[in-house]
Amino acid sequence: MADERVSAVQLLTPEGQRVAHPEYDINLTDAELRGLYRDMVLVRRIDTEATALQRQGELGLWAPCLGQEAAQVGSARAMAPNDFAFPTFREHGVTWCRGVAALDMLAILRGISNGGWDPSLHRCGPYSIVIGAQVLHGVGYAMGVQFDGAEDVAVTYFGDGAMAQGDVNEAFVFAASFSAPVVFFCQNNQWAISQPSDRQGNIQLYERANGFGFPGVQVDGNDVLAVLAVTKVALERARSGNGPTLIEAYTYRMGAHTTSDDPTRYRLAGELETWRLRDPIERLKAYLARQGIADRSYFDQIEQEGEKLAEQIRDGVRAMVPPKPESMFDDVYSEPHARIDEQRAEMLEYLASFEDAGG
Amino acid sequence: MTNLTMVKAINAGLRKAMERDPKVLLFGEDIGRLGGVFRVTDGLQKDFGEHRVLDAPLAESGIVGTAVGLAMRGYRPVLEIQFDGFVYPGFDQIVSQVAKFHRRMDGAVAMPITIRIPYGGGIGAVEHHSESPEAYFAHTAGLRVLTPSDPQSAYLTIQQAITCNDPVIYFEPKRRYWDKGEVDESQSALDLGAVADPWRARIVKAGSDVTVACYGPMVRTCLEAAAVATDISLEVVDLQALAPIDYETLVASVQRTSRLVVVHEAALSGGVGAEIAARIGEKCFYELEAPVTRVAGFDVPYPASRIEEHFLPDLNRVLDAAERVMGY
Ligand SMILES: Cc1ncc(C[n+]2csc(CCOP(=O)(O)OP(=O)(O)O)c2C)c(N)n1
Ligand SMILES: [Mg+2]
Repeated sequence: MADERVSAVQLLTPEGQRVAHPEYDINLTDAELRGLYRDMVLVRRIDTEATALQRQGELGLWAPCLGQEAAQVGSARAMAPNDFAFPTFREHGVTWCRGVAALDMLAILRGISNGGWDPSLHRCGPYSIVIGAQVLHGVGYAMGVQFDGAEDVAVTYFGDGAMAQGDVNEAFVFAASFSAPVVFFCQNNQWAISQPSDRQGNIQLYERANGFGFPGVQVDGNDVLAVLAVTKVALERARSGNGPTLIEAYTYRMGAHTTSDDPTRYRLAGELETWRLRDPIERLKAYLARQGIADRSYFDQIEQEGEKLAEQIRDGVRAMVPPKPESMFDDVYSEPHARIDEQRAEMLEYLASFEDAGG
Repeated sequence: MTNLTMVKAINAGLRKAMERDPKVLLFGEDIGRLGGVFRVTDGLQKDFGEHRVLDAPLAESGIVGTAVGLAMRGYRPVLEIQFDGFVYPGFDQIVSQVAKFHRRMDGAVAMPITIRIPYGGGIGAVEHHSESPEAYFAHTAGLRVLTPSDPQSAYLTIQQAITCNDPVIYFEPKRRYWDKGEVDESQSALDLGAVADPWRARIVKAGSDVTVACYGPMVRTCLEAAAVATDISLEVVDLQALAPIDYETLVASVQRTSRLVVVHEAALSGGVGAEIAARIGEKCFYELEAPVTRVAGFDVPYPASRIEEHFLPDLNRVLDAAERVMGY
């Protein structure tokens, strides 16, 4: 990492060596450290299972988070229960940490829902597909927290590509203007589909925060400890009324953009090899093993837990049936709506005409 | 003649337009090395260079807004919006700037911008990837709206859209992207003139009982309906241009058949079909034997993909409407 991005905060080297940083540190119990490992392994298992299910035609699409587990788990585990996450479609590690059931994450990709869960239940918004939109939502939520005199923080997730989007830049302006309690968590995974991150601007992403009037910090996004430490500081800063922080988690999209994408058309295989050596799970595993915090039997146990989870996902996804066609008229409005009722009735009558013909 | 998919046909049309005019630029997300997520611009950056096929930063308002300036500087930008549902961040620049500039400047500045948008459903996609927003644009004065229905019409009309000095919103029916058809690549759209006027509707199947007006993805659906309708003779009209609509062709057809069904994927209310129904009501009041009837998507946000088949008009719904208008 040092070769490319000297400014990135790191507490755990790719080899799993604990290193000190002048500004950031973290002290976790052994159980907490094992918990981070478990989260990352299970998230990766969900991710690989979903990718496989897409290949088998059980899911319409999947956007893998492979390689970004530390950035997602580290930041989400830094959050307090009442903080609120605003994720994109790739943040399976975040939704996992917010307690969203794996099958609920898959419902959208199964094509049976456009939402998947109740945001207030998990304090986690829906997967945002329109790039950048949720970042403004996060700022507005944080403004509401501030108006309420509460101490919650909104954490908005987005990618390096989103840094170009108007909504994201407006979100920065609004957050600065209101000193809103929000953390901007940008995963710079180097790619926005086929476009390298430098297409979105010519300075490092975290440096842009300065121009908007709040601090920006770059963290080694494959180092779960550093991500956790940096996010905790940003959350505390927001909680204590000091406004937003932009965190750039420097990481890598190890998979395709989505299962529809073919990255061999635009990036070199060597890049992937380089990043494999920085794998977020391997480095924590090495640290845990070296420190005697976890041993082979623990790692095996987590792997088995992952297999069980994968099995539940396989069975669960196959059992997910499409909703009734007329459900598309539900919840379009919260108040009665004559036009909707009329069209629902038309559809039901039309569908019944086939049953009559058939029976 | 070559047998091409619509993707390849548009690619060939873009290539022709770029060869003809060095001021034609392609601009959009992932259109360079990747060739676009649908591969419509495949190989064009390699052949024309990075200064003519540009990967844009991820910002639709930026793409459209800078195209206005490029046009003022004498360029002819051809923009790609990656999916229908992602045009909205650029909507303000399209309706407030692109559409109005020429009028505001008393004709001193042209906006020869083409905005390509893959649209429509039927490909099992996630939310925001299956929308039919054409009515917003057809409603906006200053914009022209075109949509091809097969490889040959795509090959020609994309070239005509680019050479047009007005802004053209060019809707590509993504579920027909992989349909194949014969394309005469020796034809240059410009030499054809009135023979292939993109602003004229095309009677793609002649018939005598009911006129079926449709466009884009629904043309194939309506042709299939016409093929299986044994006791009703359907005349299928591919509108091709949604702004302005060629009422001359449509009215002449309705005068022959006395019945009109309009079919589109977009939601019913305030859709293109509503405008057509009103106009045909005005122009063919004495000839009509039945009310103009619409077959359209419902007035709901595009549903989850596993039930989209119930949202989208299909062959049966077209036939059902044809039977209903015959019942009067
Ligand atoms: C407004 C908008 N424009 C275009 C797209 C299509 N699109 C989906 S993901 C993506 C790239 C996103 O890159 P980045 O923000 O870096 O996130 P990543 O995919 O790397 O997680 C694009 C262009 C979209 N979803 N929304
Ligand atoms: Mg990215």
